[in-house]
Amino acid sequence: MSKYTQLWAGGLLAAILVAAQLLLRVTGKDYCLTQLTMSVYYAIVVLGLCLVMGYAGQVSLGHGAFFAIGGYTSAILTTADFSRFQSLAGVGWLKSIHILEVRQNLFGSPVTTVSPWAAFLAAMVVTLVIAAVIGYPALRLKGHYLAMATLGFGLIVNKLILGSSIAGAADGISDVPPFALLGGLMVSGKSPVRVQNYYIACGLLLLLLVLLGNLVRSRMGRALRAIHDRETAANAMGINTSAVKLKVFVLSALLAALAGVLFTHYTGGIGPSEAGPLKSVRYVALAAAGGMANLWGAAVVSTLINYLSLRDWFGSFDQAVFGVILILIIALAPDGPLPPLALWVRRAARRVFGQRRPRHGAA
Amino acid sequence: MALLEVTRVRRSFGGVVAVENVTFAVQTGHIKSVIGPNGAGKTTLFNIISGMLKPDSGHITFDRQAITGWPPHRIAGAGVSRTFQNPSLFLKMSALENVMVGRHRRTRSGLAGCSLRLPSQCQEERAIRAAALAQLEYVGLASLANLPAGALAFGQRRMVELARALATEPVLLLLDEPASGLNTREKEDLGGLIVKIRDQGVTVLLVEHDVSMVMDISNEILVMHNGAVLAEGPPVVVQNNPRVIAVYLGGEFQHAAPSQ
Repeated sequence: MSKYTQLWAGGLLAAILVAAQLLLRVTGKDYCLTQLTMSVYYAIVVLGLCLVMGYAGQVSLGHGAFFAIGGYTSAILTTADFSRFQSLAGVGWLKSIHILEVRQNLFGSPVTTVSPWAAFLAAMVVTLVIAAVIGYPALRLKGHYLAMATLGFGLIVNKLILGSSIAGAADGISDVPPFALLGGLMVSGKSPVRVQNYYIACGLLLLLLVLLGNLVRSRMGRALRAIHDRETAANAMGINTSAVKLKVFVLSALLAALAGVLFTHYTGGIGPSEAGPLKSVRYVALAAAGGMANLWGAAVVSTLINYLSLRDWFGSFDQAVFGVILILIIALAPDGPLPPLALWVRRAARRVFGQRRPRHGAA
Repeated sequence: MALLEVTRVRRSFGGVVAVENVTFAVQTGHIKSVIGPNGAGKTTLFNIISGMLKPDSGHITFDRQAITGWPPHRIAGAGVSRTFQNPSLFLKMSALENVMVGRHRRTRSGLAGCSLRLPSQCQEERAIRAAALAQLEYVGLASLANLPAGALAFGQRRMVELARALATEPVLLLLDEPASGLNTREKEDLGGLIVKIRDQGVTVLLVEHDVSMVMDISNEILVMHNGAVLAEGPPVVVQNNPRVIAVYLGGEFQHAAPSQ
């Protein structure tokens, strides 16, 4: 996708997102924005996965776990009460630099917790370390070792969460406080800030689409595609293939964790199902349905399908509908639904605006 | 001065010894050719020099550095570039992008710089594109720059691969059977091009089956047979070596005669 196509696509997607919000406002269905916002956060996970799968050709079945690691780290740190350490030296200092903060919990009693910003940074560091530890050995080998390693890793994370009281076991964690961003913006699920939160999520999605779009059209993007195509040749041309693969895997894990953190503050909690192996498989399926090496396709398809799923359109057939959509897209439009769609639009436009061409040339 | 020194290198696969105690050197500014029948160990030798295979024993020195056991990307970074026996292009990328990948080692924008499109990155990207186009022009394929590599003919893929290898600004260029699958005309052009590359200061080591081309352009020839060095020297000397005639050239002529 060239720079100009990207500008067009960005403008179009932004327009569609704004139109969706206005439509929901007019029809009095503002509450639907909640699910749409959640879907946008899920789409960010899929974007990161696209980078690893579609561009570098490595399959990760652990992105649900990275989402959960981000979400849970933030949830635990911002809800665990550190009041009993009040007397320890340094606690006052931590408060003064806003790493710890005193706030009221759900029941109105004062608690001392880590501030969302500090928890966010901690979540990123934790994810970075874990992703590097998983990815380092798996990515030094050629082949699908990453898929194996991340599958096992995801299962372990899921079981650990279910077995840890600190993570709320099967109940998960609730009462996660809002995350105050800069300029009075607040990541929170409360209805007065619903529209604001929708735009925060959409803004982040568009920003990431642009940044990752730049990335894949650069020297690093070419290195990723080269690795995907022929790793030996890429290596012989001077690309440190294991280092590049590791970097992009860690980056994509960080994106999943970022989505997890914001999602958790948005919905006010997180549960163990977020780390479930089916969640990870679903992300992989969505990346494939978007066209693998097609960031815009992944963002659109993933937001749409997750939204419909969260609105319970598919009922108990959720996973089945999902499978059917995936099969249809892979069979009919292996590059994702956007390229054929763009082609139709272009053809229709040509017909309407009458840019006549010789008949035999208009195939 | 010797640019590349290979000393007593040995490599076996299971019980089969592919390269046995091979020692030779490549002088700076020379074209050196490795010839020998199929299975003589030429490609294995190449894979060892470029780091794709580790030797069981022996050592390799390039530009006075011991590069034995280095990973391929590091050897490439030191200035050794190669082509493959079967052109190994990135088929989903355009010819130009393929050559642009060759600039990877000579450029440095990282993940952050690339996603933010920092001015330095944009400038670097323009330089990469210009350098890659220049290389495509050099091998005469500038007009095909935007075609996907998968759509190119065999001979064109060879040339794009050569351009990609040259884009890394190699000191030593390894060419693995560059003439195989090319027609007579293309072979002549290739021979001329290899000489031109040498004359511009790039040392060339090539594995080749086409004996006439090798005799024409090489400064030195290394003959391998069953994994070991059979003879080494300037074309005229090797050509008249009775062992070479008996084992390699004679054998080939016998095989070749009936089919003509």
